[in-house]
Amino acid sequence: MANKTVQFEIKRQASPDAPAVWESFELEWRPGMNVISAMMEIAANPTTADGRETTPITYDSNCLEEICGSCAMRINGKARMACSALVDNLEQPIKVEPLSKFPLVRDLQVDRSVLFDNLMAVKAWVPVDGTYDLGPGPRVFPQQQEANYPLSNCISCCCCMEVCPQFNDDTGFVGAATIAQVKLFNNHPTGKVFKEDRLRALAGDGGIQECGFAQNCVEVCPKQLPLTEAISDVSREVILQKAKDFLRG
Amino acid sequence: MASPRIIVVGGGLAGLAAVIKIAEAGGTVDLFSIVPVKRSHSVCAQGGINAAKNLKGEGDTTAQHFDDTIYGGDFLANQTPVKAMCEAAPAIIDLLDRMGVPFNRTPEGLLDFRRFGGTLYHRTAFAGATTGQQLLYALDEQVRRYEADGKVKKYEGWEFLSAVLDSKGVARGITALNLRTMELRSFPADAIIVATGGIGAIFGKSTNSVVCTGSAQSAIYQQGAYYANGELVQVHPTAIPGEDKLRLMSESARGEGGRVWVPRTAGDKRPVKQIPEAERFYFLEEWYPKYGNLVPRDVATRAIFKVVYENGLGIDGQPMVYLDLSHIDRATLDRKLGGILEIYEKFVGDDPHEVPMKIFPGMHYTMGGLWIDFDQMTNIPGIFAAGECEYQYHGANRLGANSLVSCIYGGFIAGPNALAYAKSLPAAEGDGGHAAELARQAEINTRLTTSEGTENPFRLWRELGSTMTEHATVIRYNKGLKKADEKIVELLDRYRNINLSDRSQWANTSFAFARQLKNMLELSRVVAQGALLRDESRGAHYKPDFPDRNDEKFLKTTKASFTSDAAGPRFEYEEVDTQFIKPRPRRYDATK
Repeated sequence: MANKTVQFEIKRQASPDAPAVWESFELEWRPGMNVISAMMEIAANPTTADGRETTPITYDSNCLEEICGSCAMRINGKARMACSALVDNLEQPIKVEPLSKFPLVRDLQVDRSVLFDNLMAVKAWVPVDGTYDLGPGPRVFPQQQEANYPLSNCISCCCCMEVCPQFNDDTGFVGAATIAQVKLFNNHPTGKVFKEDRLRALAGDGGIQECGFAQNCVEVCPKQLPLTEAISDVSREVILQKAKDFLRG
Repeated sequence: MASPRIIVVGGGLAGLAAVIKIAEAGGTVDLFSIVPVKRSHSVCAQGGINAAKNLKGEGDTTAQHFDDTIYGGDFLANQTPVKAMCEAAPAIIDLLDRMGVPFNRTPEGLLDFRRFGGTLYHRTAFAGATTGQQLLYALDEQVRRYEADGKVKKYEGWEFLSAVLDSKGVARGITALNLRTMELRSFPADAIIVATGGIGAIFGKSTNSVVCTGSAQSAIYQQGAYYANGELVQVHPTAIPGEDKLRLMSESARGEGGRVWVPRTAGDKRPVKQIPEAERFYFLEEWYPKYGNLVPRDVATRAIFKVVYENGLGIDGQPMVYLDLSHIDRATLDRKLGGILEIYEKFVGDDPHEVPMKIFPGMHYTMGGLWIDFDQMTNIPGIFAAGECEYQYHGANRLGANSLVSCIYGGFIAGPNALAYAKSLPAAEGDGGHAAELARQAEINTRLTTSEGTENPFRLWRELGSTMTEHATVIRYNKGLKKADEKIVELLDRYRNINLSDRSQWANTSFAFARQLKNMLELSRVVAQGALLRDESRGAHYKPDFPDRNDEKFLKTTKASFTSDAAGPRFEYEEVDTQFIKPRPRRYDATK
């Protein structure tokens, strides 16, 4: 067991305009090691496998238990959360790259603010009257709660958008995460007051019709959101809404 | 003043709660957060949120919630604000319910409640085992709504560096660092609310998120704010030890019937499922028959330490005990605890539906924090604080599921009070101290980036973490605490010889971390020295050499203030407000 090591290949890019380079690292293996703990180790000893001094790697991370959605990156080609990427389950050398569909900031850090913009565009909230004491909310039966709760587990990691062939500058597709939130809020007894607005927001260019049903989203989602089901359901509603709007003139 | 400017620092539950109250009252807010607010540490809270809604026919009352909280905190919390919080809690749950939090439900469609530590009532509302995530999202959504209306401007990816104080010591704004462009800037404000969470990072590994360094509250402490009860640190009994962090395994696991045990025979080699019931030592149930597995966290943590280190009964001789859910049916587990079981399975590889989990205590929460008055204002005029970064609601030990309610309640109090304060604030003289503070920060930055030393900040941090964990967590000895303080002084000295392996001016994480580290070191002295001075045992603070609570000497709030002396912080003590419930012995092995 002594001196067992782990090999990493990490894609580095000092800034959005700088050239990308790969750096190799060889780290001491430790039980339970994940990709994040490897990068923490590199920060404490920033030296490449060939003994060259380098800089600590820039990456997003926070909770390290796959609930904050920060540390999404591509590991051995797969979009996933780095905290739950256990080294023992990965083929070596472990290749780590930033998500490719979002503006690069530095190294493994990208700008995913587009998702938050999309959530604003579809009014992903319940419009409460105020924060004063207005008594309990509407009754919700356990069956409804159990249908909505999985949708509410979306951690905004954007993996579903990364792997979607339609998520690109040409289509301007909003991506699966936002569509799932539309379903969630349209299901809510109060939230559904904006149902028509949300459906219309998904009706135009970049809206739900851009989905090509590749189904990559549902496979990659670390929280197993029922994304394809949400897309089908919302898609049907959008078509109905379009028809209604057409008839209304 | 017509339209005051409020800055909220921190976008977890407390910060967002404050933002919502201010925006609702017509104010505008600049919201600063290191991470996108939806990724704040509040997402990690698992088990639930307490409120005496009494929906289970048990006769629960807010008075009972108040008593449990004060008793659980070993009488160190000021009673007036705690009482008000417990009374406000049921309406907070209703509000969250109206905002769409997917709380678990009873068959009739009402809110379901479960039991948590330190109470005999079902008082904890929950959304699976990801309650913090669901609550944070609900508030995040409301804030996004106000953002769409132009009432809130977010500065995500900006790290707070310091408060801007005018010549009279009144807050006039903040300085902050853009973590991408590395731009240093000052922002004017008439009031500031600090809601920057816990300080887990000073212990190296903890259940906290990466951003929980305590850097912001330490910076404010170094600018003259009192830091209260810094020595009161909660170690959660059930965490999964890991290389990068200690992952929380929620108290709700025990609330739903989870049992903690070890084999009665040290080194029992049988597969765990073959150890018969009679040969399992359910030590919490034996030692605390009334509360059983749901004793408060400090009590459970010490019991685990005793079983492991005194009785030598850790699993396979390792510092680990079983947390067993495998006797509960799969559907119930998935419905009520799915989120945490998934964490265990992903990070450990075993299925907790089938085999008991292996857990050990881990640093979790800071009861101490910035000193605030009953209006949530620090002793620096214009700086308010809410959430885990302040000290007000949990005394010497926090009860499970009280943190979420204290965050939201604290934010709800701080927001309107900050707005009212700001409205009556006279205009600043001159530039309100902005230029001077910017210059001070720029100088610190230059010193760091030009330092030609040899010390790597991340390695210094590891040394800090292991010292603090060894000497200043579950069991404390004065000798060890002195050693810890000496070590911190050594690290502060070596910090002057720092070397940033990255000197670029773009998304430089070493630079940002080095700035945090200095603040962590200063705050660590408050924790270590505060613990050294408190020669008693109370709540989570336990000294075998002083095993009893000493109300005569220490029923007092510790207040530390920063000095530039080599000796470190200056300490003074303040009377605790005990006007409603007379302090009585705290014993969970009997009915209280």
